[in-house]
Amino acid sequence: MDAFTTHTGTAAPLRRTNVDTDQIIPAEYLKRITRTGFEDGLFVAWRTNEPDFVLNQPQYADASVLVAGPDFGTGSSREHAVWALLDGGFRAVISSRFADIFRNNSTKSGLLTVTLPQADVEALWAAVEADPTTAVTVDLRAKQVTYRNTAVPFEVDDYTRWRLLEGLDDVGLTERHLDDVTAFEASRPSWLPKTLPARAG
Amino acid sequence: MGQTLAQKVYESHVVRRTDGEPDLLYIDLHLVHEVTSPQAFDGLRAAGRTVRRPDLTMTTEDHNVPTLDILSPIADPVSRAQVDALRRNAAEFGLRVAPMGDRDQGIVHVIGPQLGLTQPGMTIVCGDSHTSTHGAFGALAFGIGTSEVEHVLATQTLPQQPAKQMAVTVDGELPAGVSAKDVILAVIAQIGTGGGQGHVIEYRGSAIEALSMEARMTICNMSIEAGARAGLIAPDQTTFDYLQGRPHAPQGEDWDAAVAYWSTLHTDDDAAFDREVHIDAAALTPYVTWGTNPGQGLPIDGVVPDPAQFADEGDQRAAESALAYMGLTAGTPLREIDVDTVFLGSCTNGRIEDLRVAAALLKGRHVDAGTRMLVVPGSVQVKLEAEAEGLDRVFLDAGAEWRGAGCSMCLGMNPDQLKPGERAASTSNRNFQGRQGKGGRTHLVSPAVAAATALTGKLTAPADLDNGIATRPSTRAGA
Ligand code: SF4
Repeated sequence: MDAFTTHTGTAAPLRRTNVDTDQIIPAEYLKRITRTGFEDGLFVAWRTNEPDFVLNQPQYADASVLVAGPDFGTGSSREHAVWALLDGGFRAVISSRFADIFRNNSTKSGLLTVTLPQADVEALWAAVEADPTTAVTVDLRAKQVTYRNTAVPFEVDDYTRWRLLEGLDDVGLTERHLDDVTAFEASRPSWLPKTLPARAG
Repeated sequence: MGQTLAQKVYESHVVRRTDGEPDLLYIDLHLVHEVTSPQAFDGLRAAGRTVRRPDLTMTTEDHNVPTLDILSPIADPVSRAQVDALRRNAAEFGLRVAPMGDRDQGIVHVIGPQLGLTQPGMTIVCGDSHTSTHGAFGALAFGIGTSEVEHVLATQTLPQQPAKQMAVTVDGELPAGVSAKDVILAVIAQIGTGGGQGHVIEYRGSAIEALSMEARMTICNMSIEAGARAGLIAPDQTTFDYLQGRPHAPQGEDWDAAVAYWSTLHTDDDAAFDREVHIDAAALTPYVTWGTNPGQGLPIDGVVPDPAQFADEGDQRAAESALAYMGLTAGTPLREIDVDTVFLGSCTNGRIEDLRVAAALLKGRHVDAGTRMLVVPGSVQVKLEAEAEGLDRVFLDAGAEWRGAGCSMCLGMNPDQLKPGERAASTSNRNFQGRQGKGGRTHLVSPAVAAATALTGKLTAPADLDNGIATRPSTRAGA
């Protein structure tokens, strides 16, 4: 995974609540078995059917920070939603509330999800609508979002922050503790179900 | 202070706990389907890793599978490639697979319980948000993304943080014609699609205890629609009776040991919940959704709401765009909404009891001339059981289509899709824009409402059928 330290770019105001992952990328794009190239499915229904959809407006076409309404990323667990946002050029999403699985997925692929109070989201919407060229900085080291003269702190747990700053992948971290896993396995009741006959040895 | 059921299950699976790090949680069962796994297997291969516990992993084909002509190769080459990838990966990593045509094939959340793989007190994950279904057995079961699928394949563990605890208590007796689906739609309408965020929901109360295992699965299934990480119900005699004798359930002395342990799995009297919600079962009626998220639901006696009535500006905008997408006008009685397609199926309501409820209403009647009804059993086993009971004949005689098992029109990855502008009453779990096909419009309903609606061509409560409503001619143009 790519590390995330700080990112500066322009922002797109997505004034919608309950943006579910079916809207971020519909099921037909999930048939692919690769991990890249999902930008064509990103918000495809809205991009196709709504001429004034925010990402169809030239002033927001190059935005790399998405500022969305509450309950972003609800619904399906598809990590493709995170990949599509990354492939579509986004490095951070700001909202007042994220669905748990989406936020968790984002931390595995280096898309930063920033939770801000709705009032701060509204202020950011107003700023980037007034001036779409407004540079927005999302700084994970300093744990703050800054634009123009405004700086808004955000919370992120130290462990997730460390992993993102270092670009570490979880499997490698867990493999350091496989002895603990083996010890735990020895304590599991024998009647727990198995899908297969146990492997020999 | 005491622990909740969810905390007991969680704590008993902590492999490692260190300050400043997430807990490492052991996973007892990993269910895998073709859509969210190929990139995970690629990741394993790229790093030269293997699957740590093939014997705790089960894979099935469900999302892409056609429901017609299932013994031929899949016509859509992209769907076929994805299903083939799962078969290849299962072979390469030594995993059990339930391919199309196999007796054990079906929707991942239908086959786990049916095989007896889902048991109380377990931790269960799947790259699928409706993994919460398995919580009906008192398991801690939750959906994960593809990176986490890879993590579980490689290590049989997941880094996790303890969740907040919510209790949804449903007391009283459900009125006739009101089902588990109506309960959960009412819960979501009350707490909203983000209401459960960060929480595990425990459903409790006399109305929940009275439910069958399948009805409990319907409730836990849609925990994710309320934003919760998981939903669960304490195991009891109903749970044990359901499990006993299933292929992977413990036997003999093991059974006794398991039941003794399972009987300890309940929330302590002095445990505290972070949030509590109470629902009066007796006051519930059939629920239907009118909008494009599962929280936009109302009793069927209601009318399409006026967006201006919502206090919150975001909710107003959401309602406006939902009405525009759904082609609905504020003030229209929900019962006057014409429906083109009825879909009975999915991991929410594609089990045998769901089919029985619908068949009982359809028996001796005929589906409205302007409406098509698709009946898709959740698994091959459900299909065989229904056929043994003659339910397939009831559906066919009523003019419905009887299909093979899979996710089907729940998400339209296979050819079962709505056309643009087409309106469905669906027993599935998501009414998102385009979920059942590009431009398709979805009203979420219970199996009984689905069957009643199929008969009249309009959103209909089962009780309406006894009031002569089914005999009214359809007002649809050209019907
Ligand atoms: S039936 Fe629908 S919700 Fe359930 S697993 Fe399949 S696609 Fe997902």
